Amino acid sequence: MLTGENIVQLVSGLLHWAYAQAGISSWAGIIDPIIAAVVMFGFISVFVMFLVWMERKVSAHMQSRIGPNRVGPFGLLQTVADAIKLTTKEDVKPVNRDKIPYFLAPIVAFVATFMGMVVIPFDKGMVVQDLNVGILYIIAITGFTVIAILAAGWSSNNKYALLGGFRSAAQIISYEVPLVLSVVPIIMITGTLSLSGIVEYQKTAGYWFIFPQIFAFLIFITSATAEANRAPFDIPEAESELIGGFHTEYSGVKFAMFFLGEYIAVVVSSAVAVTLFLGGWLPVAFLGFLHLPGFVWFLAKLLLIIYLIMAFRWTFPRLRVDQLMDFGWKVLIPISILNILITAIVWLCLYGKGAQ
Amino acid sequence: MTDLLLSQVKSVGESLIGTDEYVVNMGPQHPATHGVLRLVVKLDGETVKETIPVLGYLHRSIEKISENRTFPQCITYTDRVDYVSAMSVNLAFALATERLMGIEAPARAQWLRMIFVELQRLASHLLWMGAFAGDIGALTPFLYGLRERERILDLFEMTCGQRLTYNYIRIGGVMIDVLPEFMPKCRAFLDYFEPKIDEYEGLLTYNPIFLQRTKGVGVISPEVGINSGICGPSLRGSGVSCDVRKQQPYLYYDQVKFNECIESAGDCWSRYKVRMNEMRESVSIIRQCMDRLEPGPIEAKMPPVIKAPVGSEIYSRIESSRGEMGVHLVGDGTAKPWKVKYRCASFSNLYLLDELTRGWKVADIMAVLGSLDMIVPEVDR
Repeated sequence: MLTGENIVQLVSGLLHWAYAQAGISSWAGIIDPIIAAVVMFGFISVFVMFLVWMERKVSAHMQSRIGPNRVGPFGLLQTVADAIKLTTKEDVKPVNRDKIPYFLAPIVAFVATFMGMVVIPFDKGMVVQDLNVGILYIIAITGFTVIAILAAGWSSNNKYALLGGFRSAAQIISYEVPLVLSVVPIIMITGTLSLSGIVEYQKTAGYWFIFPQIFAFLIFITSATAEANRAPFDIPEAESELIGGFHTEYSGVKFAMFFLGEYIAVVVSSAVAVTLFLGGWLPVAFLGFLHLPGFVWFLAKLLLIIYLIMAFRWTFPRLRVDQLMDFGWKVLIPISILNILITAIVWLCLYGKGAQ
Repeated sequence: MTDLLLSQVKSVGESLIGTDEYVVNMGPQHPATHGVLRLVVKLDGETVKETIPVLGYLHRSIEKISENRTFPQCITYTDRVDYVSAMSVNLAFALATERLMGIEAPARAQWLRMIFVELQRLASHLLWMGAFAGDIGALTPFLYGLRERERILDLFEMTCGQRLTYNYIRIGGVMIDVLPEFMPKCRAFLDYFEPKIDEYEGLLTYNPIFLQRTKGVGVISPEVGINSGICGPSLRGSGVSCDVRKQQPYLYYDQVKFNECIESAGDCWSRYKVRMNEMRESVSIIRQCMDRLEPGPIEAKMPPVIKAPVGSEIYSRIESSRGEMGVHLVGDGTAKPWKVKYRCASFSNLYLLDELTRGWKVADIMAVLGSLDMIVPEVDR
């Protein structure tokens, strides 16, 4: 049966044969991760373009419109056309900008979110780098976006952008806390920080964590939506208030980087949600007869979660900035702390001290 | 003690750093100001300290131009006073002129006028609902609102050939009789539309985020509302009965059954609810009008040149989609009005914006502005 592991083995076998032919076998340790990262980059770029198309189709469906249908089959190439337009566009820059942060902000925003993808296991063994501190790494690296957004807001020398930057800083820092806290029970149960390890645990345990940890899942999805600045938590770029928020003054490729960064953030947090709560590459039990490879299951679950986040955006109004903070600090954080406590007590009662 | 210390620290800080007011210039080009309204907003962080509306970006001097036009020509300009609700302004001017000259339009014309003005109210409220929801971040209702408005515009186009500036309601009657297929189409639309209102309400009315954004925000007390000249649905949201259709019935509004929609809280949500309920009432009014419509002439007998008597003066008001729409006319014996003055609901409703938003957050400006249903051409004229 075709599995992600087989594909990886096949590709790496081919690569090592090529290294041997070229006489650079000793460099494999350096070249392998680079190739893996490039493949991941290519995959993510295409996937994000697909997501932009999907978002437009989902919104069109929800608003009883047709959506893009002119460029390519089902309008699939619309995003490609948009990307070409954005890259060939004149890069309009404010004269009084703070040059270095203005230039670096979109790059940091894009790279920081993209780097989160590195530890996501698409299938057993199908992962760029299976870090043993995977979750910690993702939370740390995606936290970088706040710096980028703050820098963008500050360096644009625009009042709307600055307000958007401040809002974003406050929001991301506030929602980082429940996000981390909602992951803690899972780590307590599994005893590992590695994402592959958590999926393996769900395999042996025979259930997905969404069932015992439904509150953690809800908190995670909510915080992840807020982390990605998506509606109803899109106050940093609230269109009707702050025009474009922190990216008001960005155009062309730099704008595209923020734009793609947002979608990659959605992908990363959805992928983490799938891995932690929906069993990653594990098949759905009653559909197991389909014998699909693991990464197909993973992508299917990923698209489901992403669809959910898209549906949020086109259904809800936007929260106000103080209500957003209230919701984060007064609702989500207490619930997630309570969740940790209850999980700890229940697991201790069920399994005693040597829980693992 | 701590206060003293804090104030000292603050004054030292100010002398060292130098603080300035954070003035944000919203508009004339801004997604939330519905046209070219400009708001100069003074902020303290996210908190609004002052909102100053700056008017005049859409001033076309319609009132002055009208002094050099004959009465029938003026109707064309009334379309542009409030282009989202052009029929109502047509009607306001036509009624004022008729009253000035003592003309009475025939019954069929009156019923037709009522049908079209109420359809216009539906169209206007639909657009408002979409824009208001968009202002507070829900983009989908806008599309729903426009989808239904499109069918109303189709009905208008079928009758008078225009979709935005109709010039349909004329002095002494209406421009043209409706086509035979208008009535079935209109009925079909009403049957289709009535359940849709519940759909919008299902999407918005009790949505927790929507409630958070609108409940208790921008509260207008009845006294303040009356004293500052707020009118229409915005004032009815504060529990004040002020519907001109009830208080000074014009056309045949005294012959149809409908309720005046009143909510008591005075916040953005009440104003929203009033308009949603008004849509239901309008549907029922249109149905009654269609039942009462009988064949007959659509225009009164008119003199070849309409001349207002010397020294004649009138202030006539109707309930437009946005509230009380008054027309003040002074005649001087010629075919042209000596003075035209429009009393527009948008202009008077904008008056309270500063008071309602002071001390609230930036996002509340949009909620309040949206809930007051202001459109810029009517403010500037």
